[in-house]
Amino acid sequence: MQPLVTVEDIHTFYGKSHILNGVSLQVGAGEVVGLLGRNGVGKSTTLKTIMGLVNPSQGRIMFEGKPVSGMPSHKLARLGIGYVPEDRRIFKLLTVMENLRTGLDRDGVAEEKKKQLLDKAFTYFPRLSERRAQAGGTLSGGEQQMLAIARAMMLEPKIILLDEPTEGLMPRMVSQIREIIDVLHKEGVAILLVEQNVPLTLESSQRVYFMEKGAVRHQAAASQLTVNDPVIHQYLGV
Amino acid sequence: MDIPWDIIIIQTVNGLVSGMILALVASGLTLIFGIMDVVNFAHGELFMLGAYMGVVVLATTGSFWLALILAILIVALLGAAMQVVTLRPLLGRDPLNTILATFGVSLVLQNYALWQFGPVARKIQEPLSGQFSLFYLQYPWYRIVIALLSAAIIGGLYLFLKYGRYGIWIRATTQDRVMAQAMGIPVPWVHTGVFAIGAGMAAASGVLFGPLVGVNHAMGLDWVLKAFIVVVVGGMGNLGGSILAAIFISLLEAYASIWVSPSQAIIVSSVVLILTLLFRPTGLFVPTPK
Repeated sequence: MQPLVTVEDIHTFYGKSHILNGVSLQVGAGEVVGLLGRNGVGKSTTLKTIMGLVNPSQGRIMFEGKPVSGMPSHKLARLGIGYVPEDRRIFKLLTVMENLRTGLDRDGVAEEKKKQLLDKAFTYFPRLSERRAQAGGTLSGGEQQMLAIARAMMLEPKIILLDEPTEGLMPRMVSQIREIIDVLHKEGVAILLVEQNVPLTLESSQRVYFMEKGAVRHQAAASQLTVNDPVIHQYLGV
Repeated sequence: MDIPWDIIIIQTVNGLVSGMILALVASGLTLIFGIMDVVNFAHGELFMLGAYMGVVVLATTGSFWLALILAILIVALLGAAMQVVTLRPLLGRDPLNTILATFGVSLVLQNYALWQFGPVARKIQEPLSGQFSLFYLQYPWYRIVIALLSAAIIGGLYLFLKYGRYGIWIRATTQDRVMAQAMGIPVPWVHTGVFAIGAGMAAASGVLFGPLVGVNHAMGLDWVLKAFIVVVVGGMGNLGGSILAAIFISLLEAYASIWVSPSQAIIVSSVVLILTLLFRPTGLFVPTPK
């Protein structure tokens, strides 16, 4: 089967520092894949590179079998790649509804479909429905995280690049994030998940990649790993 | 001392009228700065070209209103082309690059106008010549019309930004260019569109203001200087702030010219600028940052 996203040997630089040093990975359609590693090994940069926000100097990225390296990110978003960044990047002065409309107001989306997508988001995140007329910047951290995920869902993505969704959240919010990952998975949306929360990553994902020094060093089926696995110790040093 | 109420009321009306035109010029300027971080030094020349387009279309068709609409459309297209050719390749570079680029464009446009239309000022005939009595003055209705039309255009812009699909794109891009792009918003075209809107608004004010001053190749300089002051005083990139600052500064100048000559009254806006930069550099009409 053809993978949804294929990353082949990408190298990315910030100025002179070599951040990605030949990253290769694959995500199948509808698959939840975890990306683990210590801070600063290039996990977020990998997501940014796939999203077209950072240009790799070498290597290539394929989406549904077609090369997409160098394509501007707004085109990638329209192809079906959703991005939920680490710092959430809510449009703070836009209301919750307007934040959602940034992804919803595309050509070729019928009113009926828009309503469906909004209803779905508001069913999963009732808090957002209550606060739909409120400015994004006035939401709590957890609510902003929900909004960031809901906003990406408006694009009807085939894959969501999810960067540390539980960072700094209360336990109750964390379990809500876990639920939404499961829901998206059941709907057939693929997820590339960067997380520090190892138990959550192992539970939510089918496969896990381990990164070190700007490259993927190891991969394993999530079901074969436990939190105390030597591999986890090796790459995360917990 | 008697308070000269009649003069104060007349100057209030004058201040509001020029304030609204200034707001029209400044809101385009501030919108462009807000979204692209580009200080458009050619904005005054777009204002001037708008006025000349008005002269040309009025001479051909005889209709002021048609001239207004065509001038807006033509200059908006010109602005879009200018953005694509000169600014888009420079996006994300040091601001000095875009300042020099727009300054270069302004010199080209000014000298083009001088070459094409000559140094003698042209006149735009105002579309209505009625007057009404304001104390000892016969006050032209046209000035009131300008103020109302400017307010209507700014109001239209506000509604577009607030409720329109592309308005939301513009606000999202202004706040976070990168995330807007990741949400599928075609940011390069949003920039071009905003530049076109700003250019069209400058052209509108050029045509509307033409009948009051006469049209020449250097008319943009005064206005753009004042518009820059307004944009800084109102808080760079803050639309509402620019509009309030335009009215505030124009009123101050109008009142000042009760006691000093109008050319000296311009000093007032410079003083406001300096005081703003010294004591509240984020702008007078923005909420205090928390």
